[in-house]
Amino acid sequence: MAEVIGNKLIVMPVKGAYIPRMDDIVLGRVTDIGMSGWQVDIYSPYPAMLPASETPMRGRDSARGDLRSIYGVGDLMIAQVIAFDRTRDPLLTTKGRGLGKVTSGRVARINNTKIPRIIGKKGSMITMLKKETGTDIIPGQNGVILVTGRNPDQELIAVEAIYMIEREAHTAGLTDRVKTMILERMKGITVGQ
Amino acid sequence: MDGRRLDELRPIKLEVGILDKADGSAYIEHGRNKILAAVFGPREAHPKHIALADRAVVRCRYHMAPFSTDERKSPAPSRREQELSKVIRESLEPSIMSEYYPRSTIDLFIEVLQADAGTRCAGITAASLALADAGIPLRELVAGCAAGKIDGKVVLDLSDTEDKKGDADLPVAYMPKSNSIGLLQMDGSMTEEELKQALEMAVNACRTIYEMQRNALRQKYHIEREESTSEEIAEVKA
Repeated sequence: MAEVIGNKLIVMPVKGAYIPRMDDIVLGRVTDIGMSGWQVDIYSPYPAMLPASETPMRGRDSARGDLRSIYGVGDLMIAQVIAFDRTRDPLLTTKGRGLGKVTSGRVARINNTKIPRIIGKKGSMITMLKKETGTDIIPGQNGVILVTGRNPDQELIAVEAIYMIEREAHTAGLTDRVKTMILERMKGITVGQ
Repeated sequence: MDGRRLDELRPIKLEVGILDKADGSAYIEHGRNKILAAVFGPREAHPKHIALADRAVVRCRYHMAPFSTDERKSPAPSRREQELSKVIRESLEPSIMSEYYPRSTIDLFIEVLQADAGTRCAGITAASLALADAGIPLRELVAGCAAGKIDGKVVLDLSDTEDKKGDADLPVAYMPKSNSIGLLQMDGSMTEEELKQALEMAVNACRTIYEMQRNALRQKYHIEREESTSEEIAEVKA
């Protein structure tokens, strides 16, 4: 749980609030639409702001009043933190590959401190998850994880695996155990092409 | 009075993380006191103007359930409860590293389900555990305990009947590592000698309670201690 490296003491958190960092990919929900942007709940003590200028225009003029047609209240989105410095609320962008509104999939919410465990050493855990469940998994650094698969059963298994990882994040040999669990559950599910 | 030695604590039972909806929670049975503490936050400050630019605001509500006492207590917050909310907050604030969460609030709720004297101290003990359970960075845990005087004798941890019969009551909140006192109140009267003796007794009891708090946390997170590889730590850091 704690380790000393040189003159540094590193404590591994078990829980904690999400503090945004620059370049983090997060999943958030629109809570309000303003004149020039959206207010987004990123499950952090700080509400995030997505300015209208940070959305891809899709050929349309981002004339005021039309924001609703891009993201409505309650929409879930994948966004990236572009600025946050503890004195100002975080700014988001949805310009970029893979960013934008979420239209399908299943969401798992875990504590953000466990996200590194979901990804695993050099991405080992998440690669395994994706491969074995046949789903695409996007882990937001704020603890919100999007799972999209071809059929709901696959998504369910992936979500179940994610919660299992959160519960047992502190144990060794977890990747293998999760794999066994998934293989067990995947039996009897016919995977479409 | 109830067969304890003069410097003996009432039996204490601590439990951590028993509420699902709260970010952190703890439950304490201190003698016949039954107290629940819940922590929410750090979260967005509402209303906005109470937010501080350089640290989190800590808010605290101490409340006694209408069924917690012999006679029904009005559920409306009394003067006493407001005072206790304030002193409890002030005794816990120094332990919280609130500078990590500027412009946010940490809300603390202490609900007394059954009261038998010494609720403020037991409340502090539980609240500090709940803060730790919420994953809020703390300098250390705060433990609370009272001492008092009955029939000219200094005694530890008065129960309700003892408190009413006794001559003085001295609640103390204490942080063992920094050796600092976060709360010190007294009603009744004691000589200087007795005060010193009572304070020492209460501080020692707080040390005992502190160990219990640590054990309660360990119990909840015991598996966590078994294993954590350095790679994971490096990743968390990165």
